[in-house]
Amino acid sequence: MQAPIRTLAIGTSIGAALAVPVLAAAPATMDVTVNIPRLKVAEYHKPYVAFWVEKAGAKPKTVAVWYDHDMKANEGTKWLRDVRQWWRVSGRTLTFPANGITGATRAPGTHRISFSRAQLGATAPGEYVLVIEASREVGGRELLRIPFSWPARAGAGGKAAGKTELGAVSVSFR
Amino acid sequence: MKKQFWGLAATAVLAAMVAVPASAHRQWMLPSSTVLSGDDVWVTVDAAVSNDLFYFEHQPLRLDAVKAWAPDGSEAPIENKATGRYRSTFDVHLTQKGTWKIASAVDGVMGSYDLGGKTERLPRGTTTANLAERIPAGATNVRTAESNNRNEIFVTVGEPTDTLFKPTGKGIELVPVTHPNDLFAGETITFQFLLDGKPTADLPITVIPGGIRYRDQLGQIDTRTGVDGKVELTLPEAGMYWLNVTTPQVEGEGEGPPPADAPPRRRASYVTTLEVLAP
Repeated sequence: MQAPIRTLAIGTSIGAALAVPVLAAAPATMDVTVNIPRLKVAEYHKPYVAFWVEKAGAKPKTVAVWYDHDMKANEGTKWLRDVRQWWRVSGRTLTFPANGITGATRAPGTHRISFSRAQLGATAPGEYVLVIEASREVGGRELLRIPFSWPARAGAGGKAAGKTELGAVSVSFR
Repeated sequence: MKKQFWGLAATAVLAAMVAVPASAHRQWMLPSSTVLSGDDVWVTVDAAVSNDLFYFEHQPLRLDAVKAWAPDGSEAPIENKATGRYRSTFDVHLTQKGTWKIASAVDGVMGSYDLGGKTERLPRGTTTANLAERIPAGATNVRTAESNNRNEIFVTVGEPTDTLFKPTGKGIELVPVTHPNDLFAGETITFQFLLDGKPTADLPITVIPGGIRYRDQLGQIDTRTGVDGKVELTLPEAGMYWLNVTTPQVEGEGEGPPPADAPPRRRASYVTTLEVLAP
């Protein structure tokens, strides 16, 4: 019984020693995990989902929007306004498809999407909010907010859970 | 022959003048959407005169004077026009990004003159352009007043713009402090109203939420423009609202036909439909 414990202790100390330089480098990436719930409805369409970052006193910045971007004649843009808070704060000033932020709609399930600090527009240190809004054709709409600080500490994060159009949503840094 | 024509016309005008203030008929245009996204965007509009909002149950709104303007100020066609028993309908192809205006502005002249010992009223459809030819030779004591009735709605593709809000200086006009296509329930909406180009206090404003048929109370909001012609509104529920601004009525007006020799009064009215979104 003694030997394994000692081994474990040594392992831990090595791990801690190795972790020091990793901790010293500030996290550079935000990972966002989004669950899109499977809904039992007669007519299901994958939701349009917008992700944007708000900071007091700054213009909201869209970091991703999932919509029917590949329909002919850009027809999928017709329903972007139904993601209505996003449309108001940011969407309506963009042209589509928007470079670097446009993505396809996602099926029910858990999806991970990552953003660099530059993508988030979090260049200045401070308090930010990641807002995620989902709107589904012939369905509902839901909006979740997760506050975060930048520079982020390793291990920092946040989560929120939707009730209808969004499931569990979490943010972590690496 | 000529005299008979004038007599008939005057009777028609009197009948019309009695009918208008005595009824609660409201004219309106209802767009299919006011906030739009996309690249090939159309809006369809119902237009009617009715008691309830926004149900067509009385008369169609005549489309003769309805026009559309693109955000760059150019006039755009009204397409697929149709006028039915209870409503008119038409489409506008929104080929530019920004705020579009769809409006019917009817300007007229009301008035009277004396001829052959009798007071006659100017016929309906008299305008500043045809006023001279409608006053017969020998008429004396000509008294006129202008009337301007504006019914307009706004729809926005993408980002709201304010290029179409330059006042013409005629009748009642809306100057947005809050853009009419950026309205949310629970937020304070500020509008300014001009009468003949000037901010005017004490203009009566009526706001009624649509959907009257399915509730017991009208839910009417009555207010007046304040200093600088400005008014603040906070609408608690999302939905379509009818807004009306008129020049104030004098006491007793609308309770029967005015005496033939009553001096004509300056009249102006403004109607718009506002869409308030859920926050």
